[in-house]
Amino acid sequence: MAGVAVSTTINGDNFEYLCQPDETLLDVLRDRLGLTGAKEGCGTGDCGACSIILDDRLVCSCLVLGAEAEGRRVETIEGMAHGDTLHPLQQKFLEHAALQCGICTPGFLIAAKDLLAKNPDPTEEEIRFGLAGNLCRCTGYDKIVRAVQDAASVMKGA
Amino acid sequence: MNFDPRYSGRSFTSVGTRPIRPDGVDKVTGRARYGADFNMAGQLVGRVLRSPHAHAKIRKIDTSKAEKLAGVKAVITAADLPDLTDGDAAMYDILDNCMARTKALYDGHAVAAVAAVDARTAKQALKLIEVDYEVLPHVTDVDEAMKHTAPLLNDAIFTEGLEEKPVKPSNVTKRTQFGHGDIHEGFGQADFVVERSFKTEQTHQGYIEPHACVANVSSDGTADLWVCTQGHFVYRQHCAQLLGMEASKLRVTSSEIGGGFGGKTHVWAEPVALALSRKAGRPVKLVMTRDEVFRASGPTSATSIDVRIGARKDGTITAAEATLRYSCGPYAGMWAEIGAMTAFACYKLENVKTVGYEVLVNRPKTAAYRAPSAPMAAFAVESAVDELAKEIGMDPVDFRIRNAAQEGTRSSYGPVYGPIGIGPTLEAVKSHPHMKAPLGKNQGRGMACGFWFNFGGQTCTDLNIGMDGSVSLAVGTVDVGGSRASLSLVAAEELGIAYEHVKAVVADTSSLGYNDMTDGSRGTFSSSMATISAARNAIKILRERAAQTWDIPVEDVVWEKGHAIAKGEKYGNLAALSLREIAAASGKTGGPIAGHSELVADGAGVSFATHICDIEVDPETGSTRVLRYTVVQDAGKAVHPTYVEGQYQGGAAQGIGWALNEEYIYGKDGRLQNSGFLDYRIPVCSDLPMIDTQILEIPNPNHPYGVRGVGETSIVPPLAAIANAVSNAVGVRMTHIPMSPPRILAALEAER
Amino acid sequence: MRYIRPLSIEDAAGLLAGSTGTAAILAGGSDLLVRMKGGFIEPDLIVDIKAIEGLSEIRETSEGFSIGAAVPCAVLGESKALKKAWPGVVEAANLIGSKQVQGRCTIVGNLCNASPAADSVPALVAAGARAVVVGPAGRRTIAVESVPTGPGKTSLAKGEIIEAILLDKRHPHSGDAYLRFIPRTEMDIAVVSAGVNLTLDEQGRVKSARLALGAVAPTVILVEEAAEVLNGSKLDEATLERLAKVCSGACRPIDDKRGTVEFRRKVAGVLAKRAAITAYKRAGGK
Repeated sequence: MAGVAVSTTINGDNFEYLCQPDETLLDVLRDRLGLTGAKEGCGTGDCGACSIILDDRLVCSCLVLGAEAEGRRVETIEGMAHGDTLHPLQQKFLEHAALQCGICTPGFLIAAKDLLAKNPDPTEEEIRFGLAGNLCRCTGYDKIVRAVQDAASVMKGA
Repeated sequence: MNFDPRYSGRSFTSVGTRPIRPDGVDKVTGRARYGADFNMAGQLVGRVLRSPHAHAKIRKIDTSKAEKLAGVKAVITAADLPDLTDGDAAMYDILDNCMARTKALYDGHAVAAVAAVDARTAKQALKLIEVDYEVLPHVTDVDEAMKHTAPLLNDAIFTEGLEEKPVKPSNVTKRTQFGHGDIHEGFGQADFVVERSFKTEQTHQGYIEPHACVANVSSDGTADLWVCTQGHFVYRQHCAQLLGMEASKLRVTSSEIGGGFGGKTHVWAEPVALALSRKAGRPVKLVMTRDEVFRASGPTSATSIDVRIGARKDGTITAAEATLRYSCGPYAGMWAEIGAMTAFACYKLENVKTVGYEVLVNRPKTAAYRAPSAPMAAFAVESAVDELAKEIGMDPVDFRIRNAAQEGTRSSYGPVYGPIGIGPTLEAVKSHPHMKAPLGKNQGRGMACGFWFNFGGQTCTDLNIGMDGSVSLAVGTVDVGGSRASLSLVAAEELGIAYEHVKAVVADTSSLGYNDMTDGSRGTFSSSMATISAARNAIKILRERAAQTWDIPVEDVVWEKGHAIAKGEKYGNLAALSLREIAAASGKTGGPIAGHSELVADGAGVSFATHICDIEVDPETGSTRVLRYTVVQDAGKAVHPTYVEGQYQGGAAQGIGWALNEEYIYGKDGRLQNSGFLDYRIPVCSDLPMIDTQILEIPNPNHPYGVRGVGETSIVPPLAAIANAVSNAVGVRMTHIPMSPPRILAALEAER
Repeated sequence: MRYIRPLSIEDAAGLLAGSTGTAAILAGGSDLLVRMKGGFIEPDLIVDIKAIEGLSEIRETSEGFSIGAAVPCAVLGESKALKKAWPGVVEAANLIGSKQVQGRCTIVGNLCNASPAADSVPALVAAGARAVVVGPAGRRTIAVESVPTGPGKTSLAKGEIIEAILLDKRHPHSGDAYLRFIPRTEMDIAVVSAGVNLTLDEQGRVKSARLALGAVAPTVILVEEAAEVLNGSKLDEATLERLAKVCSGACRPIDDKRGTVEFRRKVAGVLAKRAAITAYKRAGGK
């Protein structure tokens, strides 16, 4: 099986890699590039733990082939903070204790970032439906929703 | 050791505040390392071959073709994990569950494993392993398995606990009984009796992180294991015993853990990964797929429960009885026994009897799931209690208050209660605004109570004071949801320093003494006790150093607000010495300052909760929607209230999922049909409302700060609270969990 | 295994026609990658059609809309004109999977996956949508309901590929709607579903109707009797009851992990009724 040569942009940096034709972008990120922030909870697009943003679209990286990233822009959790300044969503997740075990957190943060980019002032219902593709088993979602609400109001004021 | 664990009634500076957790930044930036985030040089990929049959004899396994495949470095079967359990039946079951020895006992049972250079080769190798199965009849339903005609899983099992020793083998491994008084007499005094049978389906803990480990066995007989677990010391013991190693030669490091809820208290893949590494002579990484997680790890019991409760017209319960049948998977367990103990624990009863039956079925080995066994028993009992209140014509809260257990009550499972929270949670619910909020059409409100024992257990911590006065705290209980923050608060409180100067870590098995696992809601309870003890031991040294500096008797030095103070007027001009000052001088006053603690944390205070739920039912489709949910629970003392709330909310959410949609669905062929998150339906964000919480603090007399475990009780009441709400919304009594739309619609149609 | 990203639909069809082993078309991948992960398919050739010009576009023409095969469902929801004309089709497409899946999945993929529970298909069938098929024999246009022939099976020949879905320009006084039943609020496969498309006359009576049900038979079914019941009516109570009965009767469901025969029958009628009411309102009926 021949490897596919891919040139792509991840969190603003250029990356080049070889991957197998059937290898998922999630596996490329985690196993080839050492970006383990995206997690594999199911591998079938049902949990959202591997969420990334691909050319401004929120996607599950387990449902994207590594080969498909050619010429595209990938954003992962590793690129969310600016230097040592956390993104308001990251900060609010900490303040509201919107994570317990934390395995779903990178996916939630990416999905919430995408949500607020498209809808800066969401209602509780819009947040809940907007984040329905991300499973959390620890929190009951209450503190996650509150953290996103709080981050939205901070980001609007900024 | 002269540690005094009694509740002191002190006031707090740090405890009860809500600082940001020490592991937080790593977790919001993707840097925290979980089970699958660790790699070693030269690492191989391990994969497991699993039985497609629910019950089959393994006649022969031919691994020769797989071994010849290029890139395959090791293939193992049960032959590579010889039986070293030395008559320890429980350990033998663990061994057999890790790798089937003579029979595959459930769909998903491991039968062989490979280690190869990459995932593709490993996957290919699994296809080349030839297993010759003789398929046997199977049974997956708990009631079916109890019938005399049911296929036997193990013909060496004769029911224990019967008056007469049975002559025939059975799928029932054990009968247990609890209670006191005379129920026949009690039912004779009853004006009203409610009797019903209930069923609950099997659920999975549903942690988002699949089991994952990296094992590295060296040719010198030492080994390392990186793994997501709730108890790395227990994993070390089990793995060492199963592989014939000395425990001290195996260092187990617990990674960050992506949820456990009881499901990561048992070894499955770890002994297999170690055996593969030993055979291949290279590190092996083994990560389960989601399908494997559902088919082969964790589930809770499916149950069948009969309840009978009688009461007088005045609302006093005169007798209560329950028969509980719990599935254990293919190996003996004590799940029904726990259910039988918890069933009536909320109530003050003169006459009570509970009987539990442990039942073998061709499903995965039952594992603990958050207050294991209690939610099902509470579902049955609290449903019947509600129905009885209705028959008597009493408000369900008042009826429960009238019969609630109190300090001094002899519990239905034996012990006499100390100060407990069932009465206060009921009173808080009675006066809660939620109870008075109006309801609309097709909406109903339900409430229910729950109990959990809480555990303590073996615990060990190290507290080291650096020369700059900062404190590192090494604990051995895995942090499943914020305990490093709580334990740092406790260390700060006891030492009288700021939270920011304490850094808590979870130490590996070679760096700290043995700790039981984080289960039984013991993490914060027991490790905080050991942390207090360690801090007090460190304070003793700090006082000694101050006394030495001042050249006065140590008895005259007290520790207050982070300072050594010379007590008495004669020392009036001695300025207090801060912890930082004493630490800075430690090199010259006798060396490093540390406090250690090894203890058995006894006296975990029992825990009670009462929940309120509003639900709307669509009578045309059976669809349900949780509109409002309130949790009231006793925490003893909430060390970090935000994380206590988080435990309450998380448990309630899991209970809601269980009550409404989660279940293992087996086909007639005994195969699991919904081994993924698409069809094993855990609640998503849009399914739930905000979950309100109210923390009550009835101090545990057996903990210096009054702390009780808080992690588990919150999953106990929801099944019943929701069933009662559905009953109040549409007038049908639901007796089968989950109350999925087809079940609700069928029940409504039957009433019409 | 090969991964190829052709630049023309003819090249894509040629690759598929010439392939010797298992070939798979990749647009959104939300079905294909799941099947690959589960080991249900091991393609020798993956043809990624997203680089083909025009396939990622929605075009509005004088006859209506042409939705390219590689347009993610999320984009359908962002097209104001399409949403205004065919709200039922768009709401159906936007119910597939999560936001994450929405960013990838396509209605053509949903159609060709040939699941009887596919969300967009009842709405497309009700809408009278057509599929443009390109293959070795050239280009042809067929009704969407003729594409799936059974669970996982389609009528497409080797080398054939759907290029676009066509939706007609809307008549005045028209409306469509789609409803599905799932146990949760999101992230589920339809247990039962119903798509309704109505056109009313000047008096607000149903002039023409199409109603399709999902997850109640091996393929999505177009319920002809439902149209007969609805035609000429203003959706009075008696008509709706008859509609429910006719729809329940048209079901040929099975018991499975997602629902029972009885449940599907009953709820098919309920959803048909509710979707009809919404479509009627959207068409301007009162």
